[in-house]
Amino acid sequence: MLEVKNLQVNYGVITALHGIDLTVEAGSIVTLIGANGAGKTTALRAVSGLERCAGGSITYDGQPIANLAPHEIVRRRLCHVPEGRMVFANLTVLENLQMGAYLVKDKQAIAREMAYVFNIFPRLKERERQVAGTLSGGEQQMLAIGRALMSRPRFLMLDEPSLGIAPILVKTIFEKIQEINRDHGITILLVEQNANLALEISHRGYVIETGRIILSDTSESLRKNPDVRKAYLGG
Amino acid sequence: MFYIQQLINGLALGSIYALIALGYTMVYGVLRFINFAHSDILMVGAFAAFFLAPGIQGIFGPESIPGALLIFFFSALICALLGVLIEMLAYRPLRNRPKLTVLITAIGVSLFLEFTCQHKGVFGSKTRPFPTLIPAQEIHFGELVVSSNDLVVLIVTLLLLAALRFIVQRTKIGTAMRAVSFNPQAAALMGININHIISFTFALGSALAAIAGIFYAMRSPGIEPLMGIQPGLRAFIAAVVGGIGNLPGAALGGIVLGVIEAIAGGLPGVSNYRDGIAFAILILILLFRPAGLLGKFQAEKV
Ligand SMILES: Nc1ncnc2c1ncn2[C@@H]1O[C@H](COP(=O)(O)OP(=O)(O)O)[C@@H](O)[C@H]1O
Ligand SMILES: [Mg+2]
Repeated sequence: MLEVKNLQVNYGVITALHGIDLTVEAGSIVTLIGANGAGKTTALRAVSGLERCAGGSITYDGQPIANLAPHEIVRRRLCHVPEGRMVFANLTVLENLQMGAYLVKDKQAIAREMAYVFNIFPRLKERERQVAGTLSGGEQQMLAIGRALMSRPRFLMLDEPSLGIAPILVKTIFEKIQEINRDHGITILLVEQNANLALEISHRGYVIETGRIILSDTSESLRKNPDVRKAYLGG
Repeated sequence: MFYIQQLINGLALGSIYALIALGYTMVYGVLRFINFAHSDILMVGAFAAFFLAPGIQGIFGPESIPGALLIFFFSALICALLGVLIEMLAYRPLRNRPKLTVLITAIGVSLFLEFTCQHKGVFGSKTRPFPTLIPAQEIHFGELVVSSNDLVVLIVTLLLLAALRFIVQRTKIGTAMRAVSFNPQAAALMGININHIISFTFALGSALAAIAGIFYAMRSPGIEPLMGIQPGLRAFIAAVVGGIGNLPGAALGGIVLGVIEAIAGGLPGVSNYRDGIAFAILILILLFRPAGLLGKFQAEKV
């Protein structure tokens, strides 16, 4: 469904991605793990059009999408829940969700998605009228995911959904990610520093180190791999 | 009695500043820079009305209400297009450049408009009398004498503020404006075309400036290509005093500035210092509330 080939991204004179390859099969959960600064966020931002690709190709559903404007990529129903959540703190929960459905014209479809989001995150329903800036970190993460679901994605990229969230909520969020993949058949590319959890719920994993993919395998094999255990799974 | 009269006069003047200030603050909200060319857009609005008036009044009769409405409407439309065009040609190519670059470009656009319009092939530099668009009357409330034009300015401004509030708070495009203002990248990830929202913001602000420009011209002895500088500067300060980026703040700042100016201008012995007094009060406000009356203090993002 998504095929990244030899993708290169630079920040000025710094090269953040030295040509990475990545494939995500339709219907799967794929995780990209790596240390802080390895280039995970950069990879997602390049796919969703927020960073310029200096080289290589990105193919989605057989179509080249590298360097399209972000809104063009959302139109293809490829959505990105960015690092740090980036909810609109000045808008209410409801308005945030409505912005997620910005490109959806069908009112009934919007109502259906909204019901689905409230179903998986009942907490959001309770805080519907509240300004998003007053939500807790975990609630903001739910809102960020819910907002992305409102655009009716077929492919969802999540950047460190566990970052800065109370440990009990992390488990809930990961269960919901699995649920979204299972119930809606939404393909998921998950970026995580919390490699343990990420490899538990994903089918395949890629390991990135200083802008290069150094390993890719099924998640099960990665969890057994001694090098991966040592570097990312705490022994 | 005199002061009530000055107060009404100040409210009308303040309404004009408020309408202009909204344009500064809206553009700041989405792009984080001051569009210095905004003051010249209001001048173009006044000239648009000046050139449209004979034709439209020829059809609808002089000083007719439908004629005046059409003149306002088309002038606003012309300025909306001009605002959108300026953003597309001058500011959009510099979107990812340092803000200082854009700011200097804005000053350049402003000077360009002022001096181009002064050319004798365009508007020329001499002051021209502004046609009467709306029949002006003096309305007496007991001893109080109020100009009907002041009332028109007040009422129209209130209606425009209500309409603007509705657009920004209740419509999808208004919500998108607020989203872009908070975080353009996150807004882009929602499928919002940032360029459309920015164009819309410029159109809205410029249309309001056109109406303010016409109101300002109605109170002035005449119009000329540099006429926007004074009210533009006042409105810019009003936007800062209200809290830049904050819409109710811009409206409030405009009103405060207009009222101070009118009252100070009416005091015997100090009327020559009215600008000095007005600006001293503004500096005081900013000393105690650096983010403006309604602004929240926010550290500059680096
Ligand atoms: N906006 C930026 N400007 C310059 N360098 C950046 C920028 N964003 C990220 N980088 C650099 O690119 C590299 C990859 O960063 P990032 O993709 O954020 O890593 P990760 O998400 O894996 O922690 C790092 O060396 C980081 O310092
Ligand atoms: Mg990151």
